[in-house]
Amino acid sequence: MPGKLKAKIVAGRHLPVMDRASDLTDAFVEVKFGNTTFKTDVYPKCLNPQWNSEWFKFEVDDEDLQDEPLQITVLDHDTYSANDAIGKVYIDIDPLLCSEAASVISGWFPIYDTIHGIRGEINVLVKVDLFNDLNRFRQSSCGVKFFCTTSIPLCYRAAMVHGFVEELVVNEDPEYQWIDRIRTPRASNEARQRLISLMSGELQRKIGLKVLEMGGNAVVGYLQCFDLEGESGIVVRAIGTACTLDKLSAGANANAYTHPNTAPASNACNSPSKDSKESPLAHGCRSTHNSPVHSTCSAQRLSQNFSVSVPTLIFAGMGSGGSVGKEAGPLKMLLRQQTQTALEQREFPFFTLTCFPPGFLVHVGGVVSARSVKLLDRIHNPDEPETRDAWWEEIRQEIKSHAKALGCHAVVGYSESTSICEEVCILSAAGTAAILNPRYMREGCLDIGSGDHSCGFCHIPYDELNMPFPAQLTYCYQCRRQKVPDVLFTTIDLPTEAAVSGKGCLIQARLCRLKKKAQGEVNATSISNLLPFMEYELHTQLMNKLKLRSMNALFGLRIQISIGENMLLGLASATGVYLSALPTPGGIQIAGKASGDLSNEQHVLSIQKRINDAMAKNKEMYHINPPELSEEAAGSPIPEPKQRSRLFRSQSESSDELSELDLSHGKKDAFVLEIDDTDAVEDIHSLLTDAPPPAGFYSCNTEVMPGVYNWTSGLQMFTSVRVLRLSNANLTNQSLNKIFTDMCENLLKSLYFKLRSMIPCCLCHVNFTVAVPEDELIQVAVTAVAMSFDKEPILEKLGDRANEDQLQFPMELCAESASVAISNLTAKFTATSVDYGSFADRCSTWLELIRLKAHTIRRGSVKTISSSERCSPLPEGRSRSLRSTRSSGGGGGGTAVTVVKMTPLSFLPGTRLIKYLGIINMFFIRETTSLREEGGVSGFLHTFIAEVFAMVRAHVAALGGNAVVSYSMKECVFMENPNKNQAQCLINVSGDAVVFVRDTDQEATPTLIHTSCGGTDGPT
Amino acid sequence: MAVELDVFVGNTTIMDEEVYQLWLDGYTVNDAVKVRMVSEGMEEYEASAEVVMSDTMDQYRTFQMCERLLHNPTKLANQLLFQIPPHRQAMLIERYYTFDDVFVREVLGKKLSKGTKKDLDDVSSKTGITLKSCRRQFDNFKRVFKVVEELKGPLVENIRQNFILSDKLARDYAAIVFFANNRFETGKRKLQYLTFQDFAFCAGQLIKNWTVGAVGESVFLYVLDNMVEDMDVDLDKEFLQDLKELKILITDKDLLDQHKSLVCTALRGKTKVYTEMETNFKNLSRGLVNIAAKLTNTKDVRDFFIDLVEKFIEPCRSDRWASADMRLYLTHYTNSAHLLDTFKYQVVWDRYMGVIKSCIFKMYHD
Repeated sequence: MPGKLKAKIVAGRHLPVMDRASDLTDAFVEVKFGNTTFKTDVYPKCLNPQWNSEWFKFEVDDEDLQDEPLQITVLDHDTYSANDAIGKVYIDIDPLLCSEAASVISGWFPIYDTIHGIRGEINVLVKVDLFNDLNRFRQSSCGVKFFCTTSIPLCYRAAMVHGFVEELVVNEDPEYQWIDRIRTPRASNEARQRLISLMSGELQRKIGLKVLEMGGNAVVGYLQCFDLEGESGIVVRAIGTACTLDKLSAGANANAYTHPNTAPASNACNSPSKDSKESPLAHGCRSTHNSPVHSTCSAQRLSQNFSVSVPTLIFAGMGSGGSVGKEAGPLKMLLRQQTQTALEQREFPFFTLTCFPPGFLVHVGGVVSARSVKLLDRIHNPDEPETRDAWWEEIRQEIKSHAKALGCHAVVGYSESTSICEEVCILSAAGTAAILNPRYMREGCLDIGSGDHSCGFCHIPYDELNMPFPAQLTYCYQCRRQKVPDVLFTTIDLPTEAAVSGKGCLIQARLCRLKKKAQGEVNATSISNLLPFMEYELHTQLMNKLKLRSMNALFGLRIQISIGENMLLGLASATGVYLSALPTPGGIQIAGKASGDLSNEQHVLSIQKRINDAMAKNKEMYHINPPELSEEAAGSPIPEPKQRSRLFRSQSESSDELSELDLSHGKKDAFVLEIDDTDAVEDIHSLLTDAPPPAGFYSCNTEVMPGVYNWTSGLQMFTSVRVLRLSNANLTNQSLNKIFTDMCENLLKSLYFKLRSMIPCCLCHVNFTVAVPEDELIQVAVTAVAMSFDKEPILEKLGDRANEDQLQFPMELCAESASVAISNLTAKFTATSVDYGSFADRCSTWLELIRLKAHTIRRGSVKTISSSERCSPLPEGRSRSLRSTRSSGGGGGGTAVTVVKMTPLSFLPGTRLIKYLGIINMFFIRETTSLREEGGVSGFLHTFIAEVFAMVRAHVAALGGNAVVSYSMKECVFMENPNKNQAQCLINVSGDAVVFVRDTDQEATPTLIHTSCGGTDGPT
Repeated sequence: MAVELDVFVGNTTIMDEEVYQLWLDGYTVNDAVKVRMVSEGMEEYEASAEVVMSDTMDQYRTFQMCERLLHNPTKLANQLLFQIPPHRQAMLIERYYTFDDVFVREVLGKKLSKGTKKDLDDVSSKTGITLKSCRRQFDNFKRVFKVVEELKGPLVENIRQNFILSDKLARDYAAIVFFANNRFETGKRKLQYLTFQDFAFCAGQLIKNWTVGAVGESVFLYVLDNMVEDMDVDLDKEFLQDLKELKILITDKDLLDQHKSLVCTALRGKTKVYTEMETNFKNLSRGLVNIAAKLTNTKDVRDFFIDLVEKFIEPCRSDRWASADMRLYLTHYTNSAHLLDTFKYQVVWDRYMGVIKSCIFKMYHD
């Protein structure tokens, strides 16, 4: 019985008039928790009542504290008839259960009614007294911290990353229960809100228990979703990454970030650069931590480590991780084995994180994904959600095996989603296959800098002689030692250490496919038959668009496929960048059908010209200037002439060296699009119709835009929703595609126009979700944040920088000089493997599919241009860009209402996050029976979204916070019936409530550093 | 293909001042789009009509949602639905309550009733201001009137606090409320040449000098004690009663002649229209004093401005007095009365003539 919950109702304001006669309201409040209810006195005839109630006390189990919300109902007292409800407030108690988060909830909450929206506000005080619970078999998991943020939260340090946690709970949907026929819409909506609130509380508690079992104290990258399966019920499921987090005290904080500043200088002269095999010094320092004074280069780091009192572990064998030379085959094997055993103990070596401490990510293999089409049936026993569990289990196994095929032992940037239409459901999972530094799986060594190259993650993880799919390999353009793929696709954020040329941009592939209306298994079969083709086409589109922008890597890739009655929608979004470590992408070549027809040839030429122009223009727009590498570049890291020449050769005369890699088809990289092919025409069309953002705008769907560093504090988070009604009954795939593409493009254009006052500005974390809410409706919702930046980058000397602000992890400058890391495991890209199995016929996986298609294309017309003709193979010189923040005044204050900033990112530019107050996870339903009177569907939804924002802000402010980071709108289900003048909408949002303070002390604090490829500094 | 639904909601509510003005001016969405398309800077964003339309609709919707709050501006600061920075809130309110001088001239002094509201379409067609905008402005007047009607204390201050308006705008509203309350006639043809600002100035003078609240601090406290309402809105009855005593200036033949000779002596050689001043003195003096004497009748209060024009301004203008002449004349006319031994009502005279002087100065356009 370990908790006492106390609530006090202070006052109300702006209440609605409930008594027409007097134009006033006789309001009182019911406070309910579990099965206990208290009431305040009636405050007669007043729209701004002052109840100032006593403390209502609830003595409850902490299990209930976790599951149940505090439920506050404001009513109008009526002597003769039943009391009218004005509205409700649900308060999640969870943040109070964790000592580090909020200690009291106090503030004005909007009183919300599912029919009327916000109706006034109520001032409430809530506290919890927790008693120590010594019961080892407890069912609660109080104190486990939850974060939506998909990186290690800013004021914490990860002592250990335990791994994947998942859970799901199911229940009947109140809207589909028999009782729904006789109760009011309000009662039904409230039952649903309450149920989902309960279910997510329960889910969180269960996940917390799993975390405690694993020995962790927090869940990072917590992703909770609802599946409204209609008749079959509601599924609430969540995944996350269990961690042990240590809070950085202010002092430790300063240490962590300032110390490395001085480190590089010493590094530069002392550290051995090239083949770390010959550098026992670096080796010793990096990997074993038993001696804090080993060498200049790591003393700082070590002392920092000690200051936070992490148990030091000695890695005798593992230590080699710091330095594996190119020829260190056996060592590499050993390493891989050890890592694998560390990870294979886990059922699923998955991580929902998208940003990692430096050195965590060793190699990235490429995107792995799996989908499966299922037929829903009623969940018979809510306590045994085995079917759903089994479904997901199956998909996760699939993902795991795909990762293995890529030579990877882990999946990062992992996420799961569903799309439901009637009784068919697509379950999807995607992530990025990767090899992780094994040390991070062990206790106590998480912020050890690895001597990793900034290009390490690009190196292929799989065996180049036995590649899982056709790809063209070259030596890394930075370190020259390892093989890299020509293109890299990932679902994670751009690693902070990655060297990038120019800026990034949002790249989208959009696709519609018609399908026949069908029922049951037939329907499911036809859907699962369509899926691989959609994936393939989306992939092709992405690839073309990437090339058109002269870029070679995609980050934050998210492919969403939504089902409707008569169509499938596919939308892939990612941020394209030019990774300096990867080869320059080749051109796109247009080929006619080789007929001698002159006009045709002319046509081909003109298209080719347009494409070439577009590419040149894009290069300029995104400032992509891969360094023209001269072999004699000073400080060239390539030590041995022999090796160098060999490298060189392998580039310029690729066929010789590379022939040993089965690359007969892949050695050239240009795409050829044959315009006689209707698909290709469509591709070309979509290529050229994508309008670039207007001058002064950039966009990306990752945390931050590569190449933009000096953010101001100007910030605007927004949600935009559009629904299009298809009027034409006889649509073809092509016309449908065009409509869908135009819809997305127009939406983006509207956003640019609306936000024009913020120029120069970047739309970050642009998150599109598509849905087919009804037969002829397409819905697109976007949530993103527009952040303005200063045009003139403030470049600072290397010496001073690094800062807690935007930096997810302290940068490791030592990396620069300390040369190669664990890197012999070569890294590589893109295998998107998909599985459409489970329900019926299993399809070939992506791997197979691509291989297949690659052949087909080749037979047709693939010609390739070797990009190396244009580019000499020497590594990029040192290029560092610093991100700096200007502390600028910004945001209001002085009003009665706390200004609460919201952002889908994990940081706020120009500020320091000093406290995480807990997770915000809210679910609202809004319904109307007077749609026209509320301004039609747009008016209705506009109000509702504004109300949701208001409620999120109010909750954050009541927790004592002033911002929400990692905010996302995970669900926006909109249904309408204009004929009946009705509409209903469900919205689910989540995020982390935080307290931030402005950096007012320094004018230009560089907060994040991009260090490009190391090695160059090192003396040979 | 029809866009069924299209919304954009920012955490900080985005409001474009230009669109706000178009909305306030009563433009329909379509008209506003047309205006915006040709306005400057649009080519820069290559904004298509579609994009501008979508933006305009969004903004209009936002404004409509905000309008409820703008009716009660103090709520805007502590509502939770829209996150609007304080300086933007101030802008929204100020603009919402800003009115067109042309419009206010049409309703100034009229009863702010349903009847007047019904006639707004005539006002709209006459002034070229959209009916929607007319209605907004009219409702603003009415709303301010209703709120301050029930409040005690200084009028301008009440308006400023309850509607969070700038000092200038609060004063203008005070004038409108004052005119509406006393139903001053401003619509007659002879008064057409006067602008709202002329009237607003006069109202300011009247409020400052002729109302109950105008009489010094001690009286002010006394007034508070007695819970006298509308102290700034109603003219000081006692004072109006006292004004009757001024009649002696025109009924007493000696006093009138004495007054005239004093004024003439002072004016001689200082103005080109001396002769006209001399001949008209008695007429003009009668005019002004009669206005004073009649102010106890509500009906005559309403005609205050028309009387000023008919009895004083028009005769002077027909004699081509310059503004300077007018000033000179009125100054001496007022001051000379102090030299009259038998004239006992100096205080009332000053209180009366102070206002009359500044009103006539303002109303006398060259």
